[in-house]
Amino acid sequence: MTTMTIAADAFQPPAASAPVKIEVRNLDFFYGAFRALKNINLSLEQNRVTAFIGPSGCGKSTLLRILNRMYDLYPGQRAEGEVLLDGANILDPGVDVNLLRARVGMVFQKPTPFPMTIYDNIAFGIKLYEKLSKSEIDGRVEAALKGAALWNEVKDKLNASGLSLSGGQQQRLCIARTVAIRPDVILFDEPCSALDPISTAKVEELIDELKAQYTIAIVTHNMQQAARVSDNTAFMYLGDLVEFGETSQMFTTPTQKATQDYITGRFG
Amino acid sequence: MTEHIVKAYDAELDLIGAKIAEMGGIAEKMLSDAMDALASLDVALAQKVLGSDPRLDGLQREIEDQAVRTIARRQPMAVDLRELVASIHIAGDLERVGDLAKNIAKRAIKVADDARVPRAIVGLKHMAEVAALQLKNVLDAYAERDAERAKQVWSRDAELDALEDAVFRDLLTFMMEDPRNISFCAHLLFCGKNLERVGDHATNIAENVHFMVSGAPLPVNRPKG
Repeated sequence: MTTMTIAADAFQPPAASAPVKIEVRNLDFFYGAFRALKNINLSLEQNRVTAFIGPSGCGKSTLLRILNRMYDLYPGQRAEGEVLLDGANILDPGVDVNLLRARVGMVFQKPTPFPMTIYDNIAFGIKLYEKLSKSEIDGRVEAALKGAALWNEVKDKLNASGLSLSGGQQQRLCIARTVAIRPDVILFDEPCSALDPISTAKVEELIDELKAQYTIAIVTHNMQQAARVSDNTAFMYLGDLVEFGETSQMFTTPTQKATQDYITGRFG
Repeated sequence: MTEHIVKAYDAELDLIGAKIAEMGGIAEKMLSDAMDALASLDVALAQKVLGSDPRLDGLQREIEDQAVRTIARRQPMAVDLRELVASIHIAGDLERVGDLAKNIAKRAIKVADDARVPRAIVGLKHMAEVAALQLKNVLDAYAERDAERAKQVWSRDAELDALEDAVFRDLLTFMMEDPRNISFCAHLLFCGKNLERVGDHATNIAENVHFMVSGAPLPVNRPKG
């Protein structure tokens, strides 16, 4: 029987507030004529995990994809309002989206390793942004894999294909790829929905560790996961931000009836 | 409250609610029978109270098992989570009320041969009425999900504490009047204490009902008489 040690501060509420990393102001979003987000206002605090929950089509993934301007890839989609990253509006047309995406990394629902070696999956991104020596890149690859809690499992087969890994390992490889380029913010779009419970636990453990260094936003359909990993939770419905607050309060005493109905499985 | 998408979830919560109600009914009956047994020195009635206790204990275990199973199976959130946690606490309080009634019944059996000052029981009967009313009100508050009514029960406990003080003084007087009263009155002192504790359990239940319904805990300090 293994013993479980619980950190002394495991059940302590977080400090009242942390510095704001990303501030969303009066944000609207349109898919053509359809208004998918309606006047969203909220803040992502630094070194905190913010969870976005809500039924399919509520706009939570849309909001996440605005935070690194993924929507730029698609014609006919536009955002109005402001998204301030460290005070600068990332919706400004003059913003270099490649640099933005280096600062705001993203991990997707399905693991998306490149069809190359484990090593190259990580080195590839680093080389895009920085000119480094081979030994420096080696060091960064190792640090990234350690940061994603994957190093011990792959250190002897760095030249194997990334696709040879299990689903859970592939997802952690994608997380390693994201942290390798040293972003400020990491966006997780349902990172565990394709993973088994053990892999899910490993990713959740990783999120706990990563938040010491990064600001994290996570979209999840798993309410218990949101309750476990996040500090703040946003509940969205039909493009509106219905309720936003501390996770500990949202899942025990939500203030809005719609939130309560959703998280307790009463949605009509 | 709107129903859950999964109907079996509602059925599980309803079953727990029904068992709490059954426990409440049994505890109320045990308390009133125990006091009647004491007042009329009715040993047969006191024995009946003792016989009711196993059913109450069994229900408490069933409620705890069911609540734990539902927590494991449904991972309840918000009001459902509060309801399940409250049901575990409330079942525990009602089981204790049964124990206290049982203790009064046991003392009724012990004093039946040696009853001395009938008027010593008058104050206790008054206490029992107040305790029974508190219990009834808090069980109604639970059944009707009425946080305000629960809060009223919670703030009225001071009355029972004051009555216990009065009973205590009366019984001391009887004991000083005639030392032969001491054994009888000492049993009644414990009965008074038991009734005061029934009030405390009603207060605990009130706190749980209030939190379950409103999500807001009552203050740590409640009004004292």
